[in-house]
Amino acid sequence: MSSNVKKFMFVNRKAPYGTIYALEALEVVLITAAFDQDVSLAFLDDGVYQLKKGQQTKGIETKNFSPAYRALEDYDIEKLYVEQEALDARGLTVEDLLVDVTVLGRAELGALMDEQDVVLSF
Amino acid sequence: MLHIINKSPMTSVALESCLNSATGGDILLIEDGVYAATRGSATEAKVRGAMGKFKVHVLLPDLEARGFGDRIIEGVSPVDYAGFVDLTANNKNCQSWL
Repeated sequence: MSSNVKKFMFVNRKAPYGTIYALEALEVVLITAAFDQDVSLAFLDDGVYQLKKGQQTKGIETKNFSPAYRALEDYDIEKLYVEQEALDARGLTVEDLLVDVTVLGRAELGALMDEQDVVLSF
Repeated sequence: MLHIINKSPMTSVALESCLNSATGGDILLIEDGVYAATRGSATEAKVRGAMGKFKVHVLLPDLEARGFGDRIIEGVSPVDYAGFVDLTANNKNCQSWL
């Protein structure tokens, strides 16, 4: 990678649908990917709910954007990190998630954040 | 009285405040509040504990949107939009814990 490439991390801490944050984060992630940057996504707290399998939004007449997470690898976005403690507190395991992720503890995630050039919070 | 909760129990104290203050009646979980109706979450015990005092309902379309339609805590009753209307009509008043 050239020296123009920066490390971007998107920190997702909100559940989907209740607020617009999760969808807006996805939009910005895809824009960043178009500029060939080193992009990673972290899912903490209620952010892990964004990756829950089986979302069916017909009843609330809202676009189900969860399939977009599966498309991220087509944009060379393959670094998805999920907080172990957040999964545990919500009764979730990696089996409940719709994409392959790397599960990290809080301390490891914190260290990863320190390595970034840019951190964007949603 | 009908108590309506629309915030996640993991990021807001809305549910907790409601349980602390309300004297009983119906609770309806909607929007991000529906996560309180899911099995295995750290807030499950709190909801189960409230069931003696309250009748707890969850808006099913909001739960299904979030991928938890098959993981409702036993004893929490799923309602559709018509059921939401019935709850508001059958209670003398309602409070949204925003």
